Amino acid sequence: MSGEVVLEAFDLKKHFPTGASKLLQRPTQVVQAVDGVSLSLRRGTTLAVVGESGCGKSTLARLLARLIEPTAGSVVLNGVNFTSASAKQVLKMRRDIQVVFQDPYACLNPRHSIGQSIGTPIRIQKTMSRDDEKRRVFELMELVGLSVEHYNRFPHEFSGGQRQRAGIARALALQPKVIVADEPVSALDVSIQAQILNLLEKLQADLNLSYVFIAHDLSVVRHIADEVAVMYLGKIVEIGTPEAVYGAPSHPYTQALMSAVPVPNPQAGSRRKRIILTGDVPSPVNPPSGCRFRTRCPKVQDICSSQEPMLIDRGQGHRVACHFPD
Amino acid sequence: MTEPLLSVRDLRVTFGTRDGDVCAVQGVSFDVREGETIAIVGESGSGKSVTANSLMRLNFGSDVRIEGQILLNGRDILAMSEEDVRRLRGNEMAMIFQDPLTALNPFYTVGNQIAEAYAIHHPNTSKRDLREIALQSLQKVGIPEPNKRIDQYPHEFSGGMRQRIVIAIALVNSPKLLIADEPTTALDVTVQAQILDLIGEMQQEHGSAVILITHDLGVVAEITKRVLVMYAGRVVESASVSDAFGAPSHPYTLGLLNSVKSLDSDRHTRLEPIPGSPPSLIDLPTGCPFHPRCRFAESLNGECISVIPEMKAVGNSWSACHLPVEVLSMSMKDSQ
Repeated sequence: MSGEVVLEAFDLKKHFPTGASKLLQRPTQVVQAVDGVSLSLRRGTTLAVVGESGCGKSTLARLLARLIEPTAGSVVLNGVNFTSASAKQVLKMRRDIQVVFQDPYACLNPRHSIGQSIGTPIRIQKTMSRDDEKRRVFELMELVGLSVEHYNRFPHEFSGGQRQRAGIARALALQPKVIVADEPVSALDVSIQAQILNLLEKLQADLNLSYVFIAHDLSVVRHIADEVAVMYLGKIVEIGTPEAVYGAPSHPYTQALMSAVPVPNPQAGSRRKRIILTGDVPSPVNPPSGCRFRTRCPKVQDICSSQEPMLIDRGQGHRVACHFPD
Repeated sequence: MTEPLLSVRDLRVTFGTRDGDVCAVQGVSFDVREGETIAIVGESGSGKSVTANSLMRLNFGSDVRIEGQILLNGRDILAMSEEDVRRLRGNEMAMIFQDPLTALNPFYTVGNQIAEAYAIHHPNTSKRDLREIALQSLQKVGIPEPNKRIDQYPHEFSGGMRQRIVIAIALVNSPKLLIADEPTTALDVTVQAQILDLIGEMQQEHGSAVILITHDLGVVAEITKRVLVMYAGRVVESASVSDAFGAPSHPYTLGLLNSVKSLDSDRHTRLEPIPGSPPSLIDLPTGCPFHPRCRFAESLNGECISVIPEMKAVGNSWSACHLPVEVLSMSMKDSQ
């Protein structure tokens, strides 16, 4: 992979206190939403993070954009420590990292016109005069395929796909280098999903953007990613190129996840061998000792409960955290 | 051939709103035979859930008009009294809803809720028998430790477990027809695989026919044999799953398939989305409702814009499209 590293995370952790209140003087429980994630993102590439609900992928997205503060670890953006930066520095650094949210209905202020919403980051950062801002918003609307006549319309007048385009336009307003997209297409219909994915790919090519792409839909990810990280209970269990992760998944969880995805091809469906996991994802309040996947793993052995597997490189950056990888 | 179990003829559902009438379903017809599994696919607003709810006559309110015929074993559900419909619901036909948390009552134990579904249709069952039946149902749907779980409340279960309980309730009276409205949409993929397997197993055991409502083409390919594709309140294609996916006969079906990124496809190949977005049901386009998004619409002399296409046979499938059969199958092959 080419390009310099634009975003790096070192041993990021986010623990949310939960359970008993302070009044009762009981020790509070802790949800280990993200527990020791390190990753790096190169310019012009896409890193996709996949996993099921509760695996910590959205928390990770928020940590990377510093929408929430990590419990431990750090994020480095363009070589500058984003985590320890002062509020003033953070505001400035936000120009380089922007977020596209999942729900296009919730992420736009219903009382602001679309044009106003798209221009908000510019007004907050005071990078342009009002006239320039308007010109820039027109430019952005064209860029994402919205008609400029719609500048004064309100979010409820748009369809889900158009709203997501507006959300993307707003994220692009400050010409960021990195975009963190948290499930940007999961709320959209399939025919619209493809439109938005194509738009994201086109923008990446034109503007040399880097994406952190959070998704639960494995087929979407395959299309857009240069590197895929699979998360389970707050940790990355496997990471590598899509060729490696999809072609030769080595972690038993990745294998089960891949085989569980229904394929829209009746012939392939009957040929495939499906691994059906038993049980549910354990609670992140009290994750299993050792390997966190061991309670559902078909290959579990004694060592799995006592020793936590580390991410080990199996060649060409394909790293797997399992005692018995394939 | 034997009489179909369910026969829907020219079903029309209209909702009166402040902005005008919304024709959510416009002339849908299909049959379901005993023990058969069919899927209804479509995007949001295509009318698939409204169709499903109509089968159970769950669309109520003063501003709803339902026309047409829904024959279950030859009896028209739409012409029945509310009392008669109630006797059918949960008994001869049952429904699995999308969101298992809202489908269950938070104030009753799951055991009570399963027992209730049975007791309504078998009023003289003793309490002990009811408990036994609830226990067995929990066991059948794969709830571990049913003896303990029977007295727990919905919030004590995970999403997948809750959906198992909803399935247990739906199946407690061995219905002949099971309607599953997006049963796995709220679930994670690994849990989705468990639930789809369970529905398949339960169907085999009870011999029920299943109507699966979904937007996920993968789910369709995996568990059903026949599929109806809906768009803007109409069925646009009706075909076996292998025909619909292998040789789609309607441009919309083709577009849907092209939009779906198969796990087998290459990275960074450009997806082919359907341009535009689904039409508003208040203000439908004239003629074929798909024509503004259809890439073949221009090749015909305005027919697509003025005339609503009828269903016609294309090979083994049925398709509502003006394109001549030969052109259609040719262009479909080209663009696949």
